[in-house]
Amino acid sequence: MKRLLIIAATAILTATPFVTNAGPDDDLKAFRGYFLERFPNVPLEEFANGVYSIDAASREQWEAIEEFPPYEIAIEEGEELFNTPFKNGKTFASCFKNGGIGIKGDYPFFDKASGRVRTIEADINSCLKKNGEKTLGWGKGKLAAISAYMAFTTRGQIIDIKVPRDQRAIDAYEAGKVFYYARRGQLNMSCAHCHVDNAGNKIRADILSPSLGHASHFPVYRSKWGGLGTLHRRFAGCIKQVRALPFKNQSDEYRNLEYFLTYMSNGIPWNGPGARK
Amino acid sequence: MRQFAKPILLSASIVALVVSGLSFTPKAAYAGKSMAEKGKEISFHRQKGNCLACHKMADGALPGNIGPKLVNMKARYPDKSKLRAQIWDATINNPNTIMPPFGKFKIVTEEEIDMIVEFIYNL
Ligand code: HEC
Ligand code: HEC
Repeated sequence: MKRLLIIAATAILTATPFVTNAGPDDDLKAFRGYFLERFPNVPLEEFANGVYSIDAASREQWEAIEEFPPYEIAIEEGEELFNTPFKNGKTFASCFKNGGIGIKGDYPFFDKASGRVRTIEADINSCLKKNGEKTLGWGKGKLAAISAYMAFTTRGQIIDIKVPRDQRAIDAYEAGKVFYYARRGQLNMSCAHCHVDNAGNKIRADILSPSLGHASHFPVYRSKWGGLGTLHRRFAGCIKQVRALPFKNQSDEYRNLEYFLTYMSNGIPWNGPGARK
Repeated sequence: MRQFAKPILLSASIVALVVSGLSFTPKAAYAGKSMAEKGKEISFHRQKGNCLACHKMADGALPGNIGPKLVNMKARYPDKSKLRAQIWDATINNPNTIMPPFGKFKIVTEEEIDMIVEFIYNL
C-alpha cells in the first residue's frame, strides 16, 4: 500500500500545479478562504463546532445535548487515570511538558528524532511503555478518556500547528495532504469531495460538515458509537464508508493526515472533547 | 477554488481498494418484475445504487442534494447510451465528480446498470 500511495502522490504532483507550488502557509490561506467565502456568516472560530456551525436546526438539538455533556464522565475517568500512579510511583505527568496540563496544543508535531509525526495518543501509550506499564488499545476506551481529559485542559487555546523547515516534516505534511485529496475505495471519493466540495450539502439525510475545524474537538463522544473515539477512529469510519480498507490507528498514513488536517485548523480554538451524533 | 479539491483520475484508480463481492444479485429477488421496477429497487438500495444519497428522484424518501434532481431524463438524454455512460463512469463527463463510477468499479453489474437506466429513463 505504501508504494501505491507514493505512485499516487507522484501522479497528483504532476497533475495539479497547485500542490507543487504552494507551501503549508499558502495552503492554509486558500483552505480557510474557501470556507469563509462559502459560509460568509460563520466566523472562523465557529468552525470548531463542525456541522453545527452551519446548520441552525441541528445546532439547536446539539446545544440541548451540551447542557448535560455526554462526555463529562469520560473526562472524569480520564482525569483519574491520568493521576493514578504507575507501579513505579510516577504518573503520566512525568512524561509531558507542564505535567501534561494544557498541552494538547503541542500535538501533532513532527519529531526530528523518530522522523515521524507524534500524536498525543501515541505519546500516552509511549509513556505507559516507558514506565513498564501495559499499553492501552487505540481509538476508544481508556486511551480516548485520557486524551479527552488532556484536550479538556487545553480548551480555549488557539490551534497553532507548525511545519518546521525540515524536508522530512514537509514531506509528512505533503503526504497528509495527498491522502486527503486522493480518491479511494470502490466509491472512488476523496475526503475533499465530501468535506470541501459538498460541505453543507446533504448526503441522504446527513449534512456534511466543513473540513475547516475538523480536528479541534477530538476525541469526540458520538451517540452512534455510544462512547468516545479518537480522530483516527473517525478517519477509519469515513474510509470504510467509501468501501476502502482502513489503515491502522497511529499508522504513518493517519498521523500525516492528522498533521495536515490539524494544520488546516490553525487559528481555531481547541474545544475538545466534543459531542456529535 | 475548484482546483483545490481536484482529485486526479490516475491516482484514483491506483489508490482504490476495490472491495468486490458487493455486486452479487440474487436473481430470484427480481423475478416477475419489469426491468424498470427492478431498476428502481437497485437505484434505491443502499448497498447498490444508493442514488438517493445524492439525487432526489421519483418517490425516494430523504434524498440528499449533492447531485441534480433526476427528472425529464428522456428529454435531456435523447441518446439512451449517453445516460448509461454517465452511470457507468461519471468521471468521463466531469473528472472531478463525486458520483461513483458504478460500472467501471463494478459497484453494480452491467445487467443492473441496464435496469437502472430503464428506471430513470422514464423519470
Ligand atoms: C461519502 C462522504 C464522505 C467521505 C468521502 C468522507 N467523509 Fe468524513 N464524514 C462524512 C459524514 C456523513 C460525516 C458525519 C457528518 C459530519 O460531521 O460531516 C463525516 C464526519 C467526519 C468527521 C467528524 C466531523 C466532526 O465534526 O466531528 C471527520 C473528522 C471526517 N469526517 C473526516 C474525513 C476524512 C479525513 C475523510 C477522508 C479520509 C473523510 N472524512 C471522507 C462523510 C464523508
Ligand atoms: C455521491 C453522490 C452521487 C451518487 C451516489 C450518485 N450521483 Fe449521479 N450525480 C452526482 C453529481 C454531483 C452529478 C452532477 C454532474 C457530475 O458531477 O458528474 C450527478 C449527475 C448524474 C446524472 C446526470 C444528470 C444530468 O443533469 O445530466 C445522472 C443521470 C445521474 N447522476 C444518475 C445517477 C444514478 C442513476 C445514480 C445511482 C445509481 C447516481 N447518479 C448516484 C452525484 C451522485
